[in-house]
Amino acid sequence: MKKEENRKLTAAELPAGGLVEAGTAANFHTGSWRSEKPVWNKDKCISCLTCWISCPDSAILTAQDEKKGTVVSGIDYDFCKGCGICVRECPPKVQALTMEQEKK
Amino acid sequence: MIKTIYSKGKLAAKTGNEVMAEAMRQIEPDVVAAYPITPATEIVQIFSQFVADGKVKTEFIAVESEHSAMSATLAASAAGARAMTGTSSQGLALMWEMLNIAAGLRLPVVMAEVNRAISAPINIHGDQSDTMGARDSGWIQIYSENSQEAYDNMIQAVRIAEKAQLPALVTTDGFIISHCMEVVEMYPDADVKDFIGQYKPARTLLDVDRPYTLGSIDLQDYYFEHRYQLAEGMRQSKKAIAEVAADFAAKFGRKYDFFEKYKLNDAEIAIVVIGSTAGTAKVVVDSLREKGIKAGLLKIRVYRPFNVEEIAKDLAHLKAIAVMDRADSCSGAFAPVYSDVASALFSAGVTSPKLVNYVYGLGGREINTTHIAQIYDDLSQIASGAKKPSNTVEYVNVRIK
Ligand code: SF4
Ligand code: SF4
Repeated sequence: MKKEENRKLTAAELPAGGLVEAGTAANFHTGSWRSEKPVWNKDKCISCLTCWISCPDSAILTAQDEKKGTVVSGIDYDFCKGCGICVRECPPKVQALTMEQEKK
Repeated sequence: MIKTIYSKGKLAAKTGNEVMAEAMRQIEPDVVAAYPITPATEIVQIFSQFVADGKVKTEFIAVESEHSAMSATLAASAAGARAMTGTSSQGLALMWEMLNIAAGLRLPVVMAEVNRAISAPINIHGDQSDTMGARDSGWIQIYSENSQEAYDNMIQAVRIAEKAQLPALVTTDGFIISHCMEVVEMYPDADVKDFIGQYKPARTLLDVDRPYTLGSIDLQDYYFEHRYQLAEGMRQSKKAIAEVAADFAAKFGRKYDFFEKYKLNDAEIAIVVIGSTAGTAKVVVDSLREKGIKAGLLKIRVYRPFNVEEIAKDLAHLKAIAVMDRADSCSGAFAPVYSDVASALFSAGVTSPKLVNYVYGLGGREINTTHIAQIYDDLSQIASGAKKPSNTVEYVNVRIK
């Protein structure tokens, strides 16, 4: 279902058998589920990418750095559901990620 | 008596189970997953021998239960394989969950089913309680009167299922057909393969270039539309069934329809029945006709989808009809076939025939020409007004008091 199209499909329009095209997760903003959010401290981060590989929602954003290669560049709050896995997995000596209350 | 109709056909002596296994050999599906159960055991046992002997390239999965048999079969189908299985009675009951999933996911799995009574008490003999219990699971149901029909129905079922995007099962009556040796006309392997053709699914789960999700959760906003699609798919499958039957008649010469009408067009009284009992009833019809009694018969071949328009037309002219069910519904009302026939007639505005429900043959209880002649006698009396039609289920050949 396309993001911009709010109208729900009819039985005649839907593919048979409940088939759902891959990639639809991009249309669901799981960020709205969050009660706490991870906050990333750029200065502490060593770009070990542990958080990136641990995040179940691919919500750790990365960028390419000429010298360091792939580095963390932030958190995609549209999809971060606030599970806290990244905070827990960030190396204890680094603690570049901390959990904070989500402000309404 | 079966004679060769097809120019390249050959007569062979086969039991119902043997001929279903032969049909599977000729179809040569990509995957068969099965678990043995009386009286259907032989079908997959013989087929597994074909696999072991290298006569087919089918991947045979010996699973640990019928639930797994149907799970593996439908998963293979979703992956793009032509997939088949076989079962009976408790086995079909154990498949219940996955039967509905195969249909809901619109996977054209084909099953050889041998009708057997449902436990308890345990009984291995023929009645149709098993498939009647699965009648609303979204599976096409095709019943056979004898081994020839079982063979022909199996071959057609593959194409019907793939055209209709629905699973299909073909049944025989336990022991009466499954273990009875009859003369069957078989067609050459190449001609059967040519008739069913290659399976070319529109989408398959193994297509990594066009990935998709199958079997995801579907809540208040979409579940109903998908179930509507399934119900509509069943309604639309009538077209596929008619088309495949026409192709089959053109290729092999045997004509099949949703219903077989036997001396029905000018009949005043008739029996509606499914399966092998139709053969017994035809003998009774013949002898009644010799006495000048206008008796006829309608045999249901395709029970799901149920062609309500056609059956209402076929039965509208009759004075009295007996619907014979080889399953009881335990509903406090009527047995399944009667309920369907009654609603078909009523919805078409046909209210003149008197309609009576007879439940017979449970657990393989004998049903012979004397029992059937008695039913026709009842119908004659009802038609003439000498007897009032029963408004409750009548039981044939059971000790009630
Ligand atoms: S809190 Fe959970 S969802 Fe959000 S970025 Fe961390 S691991 Fe991903
Ligand atoms: S786990 Fe911590 S240090 Fe490693 S990349 Fe993520 S935020 Fe940076």
